[in-house]
Amino acid sequence: MVRHIARTLAKMIITLFVIVTLVFFATRLSGDPINYVVGQGITQEDRELLTRYYGLDASIWEQYVRFLGSFVDGQFGLSFVERRPVADIVAERVWPSLQLLLSGIALTILVAIPLGILAAIHRKSWIGSAVMTVAFIGYAVPNFVLAVFMVLVFAFTLNWLPVVGNSTPWHFIMPTITLSGALIAALTRFTRNAMLDVLSQDFMRTARAKGLSEAVVILKHGFSNASITILSVLGLQIAGLAAAGNVVVEAIFAWPGIGALLVNAAILRDFPVLQFAVLAVAFAVIIVNGVIDIAYAYADPRIRLGRA
Amino acid sequence: MPLLSVRNLKVAFGATEAVRELSFDVPTGGTLALVGESGSGKSATALSILRLIEREGGRIAGGTITLHEDLGPVDITALDEPSLRALRGNRISMIFQEPMTSLNPVLTVGNQVAEVFIRHRYMSNRQALAAARDALDSVRMPDPQRRLSQYPHELSGGLRQRVMIAMALACRPRLLIADEPTTALDVTTQAEILNLIRELQAEIGMAVLFITHDMGVVAEIADRIVVLRDGRKVEEGAVAEVFRAPRHAYSQQLMAATPKLGSGSPAAPAGAAKLLEVRDLTTRFTVRGGFLEERRSIDAVRGVSLSLGRAETLGLVGESGCGKSTLARSILRLVEPASGGILLDGQDVMRAGRVELRALRRHAQMVFQDPYASLNPRLPVHDLVTEPARIHGVVTARDQRDLAATLLKSVGLEEDVVDRYPHQFSGGQRQRLCIARALSVKPKLIVADEPVSALDVSIARQVTDLMLELQQREGISFLFISHDIAVIERVSHRIAVMYRGEIVETGPSQAVLRDPRHPYTRRLLASVPRTDPAGRRAFVQPLPAVSSPQPGARLREAAPGHFVRENAA
Repeated sequence: MVRHIARTLAKMIITLFVIVTLVFFATRLSGDPINYVVGQGITQEDRELLTRYYGLDASIWEQYVRFLGSFVDGQFGLSFVERRPVADIVAERVWPSLQLLLSGIALTILVAIPLGILAAIHRKSWIGSAVMTVAFIGYAVPNFVLAVFMVLVFAFTLNWLPVVGNSTPWHFIMPTITLSGALIAALTRFTRNAMLDVLSQDFMRTARAKGLSEAVVILKHGFSNASITILSVLGLQIAGLAAAGNVVVEAIFAWPGIGALLVNAAILRDFPVLQFAVLAVAFAVIIVNGVIDIAYAYADPRIRLGRA
Repeated sequence: MPLLSVRNLKVAFGATEAVRELSFDVPTGGTLALVGESGSGKSATALSILRLIEREGGRIAGGTITLHEDLGPVDITALDEPSLRALRGNRISMIFQEPMTSLNPVLTVGNQVAEVFIRHRYMSNRQALAAARDALDSVRMPDPQRRLSQYPHELSGGLRQRVMIAMALACRPRLLIADEPTTALDVTTQAEILNLIRELQAEIGMAVLFITHDMGVVAEIADRIVVLRDGRKVEEGAVAEVFRAPRHAYSQQLMAATPKLGSGSPAAPAGAAKLLEVRDLTTRFTVRGGFLEERRSIDAVRGVSLSLGRAETLGLVGESGCGKSTLARSILRLVEPASGGILLDGQDVMRAGRVELRALRRHAQMVFQDPYASLNPRLPVHDLVTEPARIHGVVTARDQRDLAATLLKSVGLEEDVVDRYPHQFSGGQRQRLCIARALSVKPKLIVADEPVSALDVSIARQVTDLMLELQQREGISFLFISHDIAVIERVSHRIAVMYRGEIVETGPSQAVLRDPRHPYTRRLLASVPRTDPAGRRAFVQPLPAVSSPQPGARLREAAPGHFVRENAA
């Protein structure tokens, strides 16, 4: 188990380094930031002055080394636009994003897994078909359409829920649902299939032959096995949720998180902020995957005991 | 009064009737064997008694199943779900065929056994675990305390089946239903498990309903026998009588088809020239670890030498995991051997390049165990059976159908099935297709890896008869691999016994079987069930484990052509 965790950690660090490098070179290919920092029509001297001021006159390798060096002082350089340490800018955005992400994951697990199990048990009755139909619709509706629809109904028409910002718990409802809608649908479907696979296994018959109640058979013997496959998919899906989902949802609901920051930094070619924001998202995805990797190993004794 | 009376039982799956008007009694404390081939309805009957049949998509369409308990008779077909749950695992228990899949892989052994005590004896967790330890101890599980925290994948097949038995007998049931409990086990393990069931039956005084297709097992364990065919009872009686004089034609056929050890082997072809010579072959598997994990290597086959003459059959026998399949694949270089020499028809297989190897494989074809998995479901029969011939350019597209028809005829199938697909054939017919496919390139050698192990005995008999016939007609040599020594005896001129990657004894079939020299061979032979209830061993002595062969030991000639490993005690 210790070896497994050590391996997982080493993989995480290597992945982060690769991402950092890719992001650095990708941003350099995206255009000259000077054009965005100042308007059109500045003189050639001013342009050169600014280029030197932002350190963009050095060779790309020198910039890369300096970029890696900025990790050491913990400030990650200064924002081109705000002239503040990037670390401070990103830091104040991390918590709102994380809150949204965690509530999205919690809602997904709490809704999708019970629904999926229900759909598997009642696969031949109307309950199963109803759950799967709703899940199918949920999967087909894009998240921004769902968001606009909810805003129209619950904010503008009924006036029940606030739309902008994150100041009260009420503010969480619509962004969380938007964020997790498609994932709930996908995970419900996946949980159902994983459970159906398990329900037909021989050991389920053994469990019933012991005289165990249906609840024990389904939850203890069935779900404990299905959870292994569910976890592996959840890890991948959450990565998508953190990266792409947050950007859209934060833009729609003006959520003061990393996603919104990322969009702005990209538009303004604010390289230091952009690089670090991408890094922060990647870091979150990797952490979540690492945690799920370890949870996965814990759920499956064949991995935990080092004999896959 | 019998413990369990089944009367006019009818079980249906949709519109098909799996069991028709079946009646039998299980005597208190006695053992009844339900015998039949696949599709005979024996498992459906067993699952009906626990009323688990509804879960499998079946339905009890009529009849009664009465359990005569101390408090009076109970009709199981009329019980509600809570009463059934109180009955299952408590008064009536069941063990299943596949010990690999019948235990939950993510729960500890202790948890799974303790569960029964918690459910039926209302014990606390701590009490239940202590009881589970005792239950494991009573099925002669070595080191029971440690087993509690182990998972099923850490145990061997035999130990897993012991866990199943411990679970089933936890509440000292009146009736144990054993559905093919030893079919997936090696023959030495089978002998141990049968012994165990008999001992525990005497201890607890329970009745056993034993479901099997294996007449040898019936002879070992049962008092009475019910023979099923297509869901109907064709014969019932005391085991000794039915074995001495089976009345129904189907029982007679079943008895005749059951391979019996000691019924002789085919005569060796006189002065056969060598076709295959394998010298000192070693095949090593490197278990490659993932990232940051070291490699380990395992010798699956270690220093094996063997030879095979033209039109000769060499039977390779050994238990699961002994390396016999790896050896077969190594000979054709489907798995790359680490060292050693292979001569096929005078040509060096080990040194052959890619092109030469392809040409060589034309002379050596393979037939696999699972006829369901080894035929591409999307190809029609005429494509399937002629595929090797097309690959080796032996047949033109125009002659392909003619060749297919000829091949099908030679394996005893009708010519007009050439346009069908594999799913339209039964298991035995599919194995014939596999053989026809191998024959399409007129090979000199067929390597058959457990070719009849997945088939019912009467079908298996037909397939081995076909192989013998082909050998006589076309002079093909066979390397015939099986875990079943009785089947090996029937088909082989010579036998090689494999144990832990090495050949420990080899020689003419009758020499090896009548005069086994190596302790492992003796142990193997002693474990084979006798198909004669009169000769039933009172209690088989627990067989001593045989230590792993020492590396470097050579084969010594004990009698003409009969070689034994030197370190044999």
